[in-house]
Parts: sequence; structure tokens; C-alpha cells
Amino acid sequence: MSTPYAKLPAWADYGLIPLINLAVAFLVAGLVVLLVGESPVQAATLLLKGAFGSGAGIGYTLYYATSFIFTGLAVAVAFHCGLFNIGGEGQAYIGGLGVAIVCLSFDGVFPWWINFPLAILGSAAIGAFWAMIPAILQAKRGSHIVITTIMFNFIAASLMVYLLVGPLKPMNSMAPQTRTFAQDAWLPKLDWLLELFGATIRSTPLNLSFLLALVMAVVVWVLIWRTKLGYEIRTYGFSPKAAKYAGIGEARIIVVTMMISGALAGMMALNPVMGDQHRLQLDFVTGAGFVGIAVALMGRSHPAGIVPAAILFGMLYQGGAEISFVMPNISRDMIVIIQGLVILFAGALEHMFRPSLQAVLASLAPKSMGMSATKREGA
Amino acid sequence: MDTLVQLLDATVRVSVPLLLACLAGLYSERSGVFDIGLEGKMLAGAFAGAAAAAASGSAWTGLAAAILVAVFLALVHGFASITHRGNQIVSGVAINFVAAGSTIILGQAWFRQGGRTPSLVGDARFEPIELYGAEAVRDVPVLGPIYSDIISGHSVLVYFAFFMVPFTWWALFRTRFGLRLRAVGENPAAVDTAGVSVTWLRYRAVIITGVLTGIAGAYLSVAQNAGFVKDMTAGKGFIALAALIFAKWKPVPAMFACLLFGFLEASSIRFQGMDWPLVGRVPVQLINALPFVLTVILLAGFIGRAIPPKAGGVAYVKER
Repeated sequence: MSTPYAKLPAWADYGLIPLINLAVAFLVAGLVVLLVGESPVQAATLLLKGAFGSGAGIGYTLYYATSFIFTGLAVAVAFHCGLFNIGGEGQAYIGGLGVAIVCLSFDGVFPWWINFPLAILGSAAIGAFWAMIPAILQAKRGSHIVITTIMFNFIAASLMVYLLVGPLKPMNSMAPQTRTFAQDAWLPKLDWLLELFGATIRSTPLNLSFLLALVMAVVVWVLIWRTKLGYEIRTYGFSPKAAKYAGIGEARIIVVTMMISGALAGMMALNPVMGDQHRLQLDFVTGAGFVGIAVALMGRSHPAGIVPAAILFGMLYQGGAEISFVMPNISRDMIVIIQGLVILFAGALEHMFRPSLQAVLASLAPKSMGMSATKREGA
Repeated sequence: MDTLVQLLDATVRVSVPLLLACLAGLYSERSGVFDIGLEGKMLAGAFAGAAAAAASGSAWTGLAAAILVAVFLALVHGFASITHRGNQIVSGVAINFVAAGSTIILGQAWFRQGGRTPSLVGDARFEPIELYGAEAVRDVPVLGPIYSDIISGHSVLVYFAFFMVPFTWWALFRTRFGLRLRAVGENPAAVDTAGVSVTWLRYRAVIITGVLTGIAGAYLSVAQNAGFVKDMTAGKGFIALAALIFAKWKPVPAMFACLLFGFLEASSIRFQGMDWPLVGRVPVQLINALPFVLTVILLAGFIGRAIPPKAGGVAYVKER
């Protein structure tokens, strides 16, 4: 199906439209703040101060952002193939199992710099496996990947509860979590990185997986835009028919893409499990898998957009905690609303402002549009 | 015998929100609009229902508020996915988040009970209805308990939900509106060619979805429970979605699917931690996951095939 909307200049398409959508999302969020009787301006000030006002604030912001980079990349890779991987939450949750198995087996055996790559492999492998089943079902049996990945989120949650209240729990403990890993399965903190920039910090959970997330962002860029596989993924996403005609194996590309996506989501578990809590806990993902959807949509599925979008959401998470100290009416859950609004305006309603923007641009500089804008009326 | 009667009674009660949400999804998806925002609409409805019932002291006001809010969210979904041809899945996800966040924020701001609404008492709740002659036939073997304990003694919304099953069947398969609704989900271009507005038909379907999810939400907070607690839908919207697929988008099978999933939920609560002969203790998590596992197996085509409406998920573009 041809795109029903005319092309805009690149700067408007990739810069202006996302900005407008984001601004509207925050405007509506501001209305909610007004509705509960607080000042949106004051809330925004508190948010920024909480997120970037101190070294510790920046550390926490980047710590949250780390998780969102992983899950955002996971969703983005699937988007490029025309697949909607809504199962990032479950893949990340189950990926924690891979981290925990490695850490519980090899802490006290290997130093952290051997455990780290092993844990990367473990989390990625299990995350990829969890995404592979829905992918195979989509590729071979034609079941809708959105539905199956939702179902797999719930199955993952049940499985993890079972494991954490049963087999993985130490004998003498009541809490549904594994034992704490020994020190040599802890990821090094990145406090020095922040101190390099002159910040003074006591302690933040920011850890080495942040750098891994940045590396993965580059890897994803290379994969999607500089390799044969990436070309095939984008081709299939653009037109499955054309891809088939070009001899690209449909089943293979779906399964491989989803496994990459699942592996990225699974790696998210490294950040909280190995980097901060040093044990596997119930619900450690806390919605990061779903934030990934918002991040990928906002970042236009490009790593260069995903990293800042992830940092923005990290800021919301950290700053949101700060706001709730001062304004008891506004808890962390405000972020869930903002997240929903961002998904709504940057995702589902992304074309809402396009026709009017097109008209404005055309009236300003008709030539830059390369077409007569009057032809298209009201989408 | 007593255990069985209680179990079936509980099954009916926990199936009702599933059934209402499932039928809600049926209208929308049959018209070609996928809706994974059932959960969010139900949650928002539950909150609005409990809040309005608490404020006004009337369960019916609560029900009206629940429907109003759920329809509003349904219209947002319609606006995004029908008018602006946005991605229907993305829009549904967005609605789930907005509902999850705003019910907690507004609940805390208005009632200051940690996201709860005040407990509803008296007229602010839908009370159980004793059906005619329920006391008199209680002692009749087999049929007596079935009538007086399982069928009788539920709130009016329960009977409404089960009434909606044959009604939906009739509306879909025996009316002009139903024929067009099904057609627009399979081949919107044909409906358009026949001079019927695809947009208006889909909007109507989406509004019905809103009404039914609103009632489902009100049932949760105003009838089944006495107030709203945060995240009270707890995945029911997705189980309803699973039931809808399980029922292959048909109303009567939808009822049986919801009763089956409701039975699983009721028995997982009832038999928690009980030892069974031969198999030993069944982990409660396995029973909780069973609806999702069954749906995946069904989707994979191992127990009959579930074929969704052909035009589902695709926005209709008139000019080409």
C-alpha cells in the first residue's frame, strides 16, 4: 500500500514532527498535573533539578536510561522488519534468568571480567529464545506476533514467580529472590565517569552496562544500515512481497530479527540484576520493556534517536521520584501517563499534525515541497 | 458437592468481567479495529465507576460514569486508528498506559487512600438479586443448588453480561448492522463501494466496545468488589483478548472460553497449595499461565485454527 501522506523535507520529518508530537504529549501531561492541583511549571522545574541537578541525579538518570536503551533498541530492530515486539518486558524478565544462572554458578570462580561476557551471552541467549518461539509461530504457523508476545509476557511472569518462590530461593529465606551474588559477579560502577566531569557523588547504581548499551546502539546501527542482513530486514519491513521476490527467506528473516530483538531485550537484565541489585528479584524489569516501545517510537527506530529518548525517559523516572517528595499528589505513576501520551502522540497519532504542517510549509516555501500542496486536502 | 457448587458460583462471578470485555473486543475486532486496549478501558471504567459511586452514593451513577470514561478512551482509539490511520496496536498500548497511570494519580489526589477509592456501601453497590423462587427450590436435588446458588444471587450486571451473548449473536448474524459490521472487517472496500461509510461503521463498533468495557470495569469495582484498588484489572483485559481468539471471534464460543478461563482462575484460588492424587501439588502459577499457554497453542494451529477478520489492523484508505 502506498503511503497516503506526501513527503516532507527530512528536517521536518525527523526533527520537527517528533518535537511537535512530544510537546503535545507533555502539554497534555501538564493538564493532568493541573487537574490534581499542582503547578506544571513547578513540576517541570523539580523534574529537571531532580534529574540533572546533582551528580547522583545524573547517575540515576543514566542508570534508568541504560535499561531503556536496551529495550528501545529491541523494539526498534523488530520495527525495521515490520514486526511489533511487544514482548520486551517478558524477554527482559526471562533474560534475568540467564544473568542469574551465570552469576550463581560462577561467582567465586571467575573474576567479574569473565563473568560479564558470560552473563551477556546468558541473558542474550535466553531473551532470544523467548522471542524465537513467537517468531517461529508467526513465520511457520501465521499466528499474530503481537498477540503471542503479549501471551509470552504473562507466561514469563508466571514462570519467574514459580522459580523465585520455589527452586531459585535459598532454603532459609522467605523473600522471593535468589541469594546475593558474591562480589566478583558485580559489575563495576561508573562513578569515576561522572567524576571525570566534575560531579561529586556518593553512590549511584550507574554501572558498566551503560557503556555496553552504547556499544549495542552502535552495533544496531551497523547491523541495520551497513550489513546485508540489515538490508534484508529493512527490505522485508518495507515490503514483504518485494523481499520474497528478491529471494529473501521470509521465515528466516522473521526468526533472526526477533531473536536479535529478544537478545537485546534480554541484555537489559544485566543492568539491574548484575549492576545494581546483585540478585534476581521479582518484577525487576518494572515496565522497562514497555518503556522501550515509547523510546523506539520517539527515537524513530534509529539508535541516534533512541539514546536521547532513553535518557529523556531516564530523566522522567529519576526526576519523577524527586517530584513525589515535594508534591505528594504526583507519584512515579505520572511517568506511566507521560509514557502513554508519548506512545499515543508520537506513535498512533504521528500523522495528526502532518497535513497542517504540510500546508504551513507549502505556503511558506512552495518550491521546497516539490509539489503543489493544495492537491491533498484533509487526510 | 458443596465445594463444586461454590466453585461454579465463583466461576460465574470471575467470568463476567472477562465475558463483557471479550464481547467488547468482539465488536471492535469484527469491524477490523484491533484493540489491545481492553485492559486500559476496563481499568479506567472501574476507577470512574467506583469514584462516581462513592461521590454520589448511587451504583447506577457509577455505571454511567464508567461507561462515559471507557467510551471516551474508545473514541481516542478510534480517532487515532480510524481517522488518522495510526497503528492500532500502538494506540491500544498507549491507552493501557494512560489508564494505568491516571487511575492511580487521580485516585491518590482525590481520595488520598493510596490509590484506593472509599469503600462502597448500600446503594452505591450493585447488590445480589435473589431470583424468583430461589429459596423454595433450594432443597430439590441437583437442580435446586444449581438454580438457587449458581444461577440466582448475582448482581444485575451478571445477568446483563450473559444476556449480551445471545444478543450479540443476534446483532451480528441477524441484523443489517451486523452484516455490515462483519463485512467491514473482512473487506472494507466492498462496503465502501456499496455506499456505506466505513468510518462511521467502525466508529460505532468502537463505541460499543467502550460501553461494554465500561460495564466490565463497573462490575469489577461496584459489583464484585466494594471499591477500586490500583491495577485491579490485573491482566483481565488480556485474558479476555485471549478468550476472544480462543473463541475464534464468535459470541457463543466466547462465553464458553470466558467460563473456562474463569473456572481456571476460580479453581487456582480455591485449590491453592492442595495436594492432588497422582500429580502432587500443581503450582498455582501454572494454572494462572494456562489461559495464555492454551491461546498460544491455539494460535499455532494445533487445536483448530483461529483466523482473525481479514481487514483487522489495517486502516482503510478511501482514495487510491
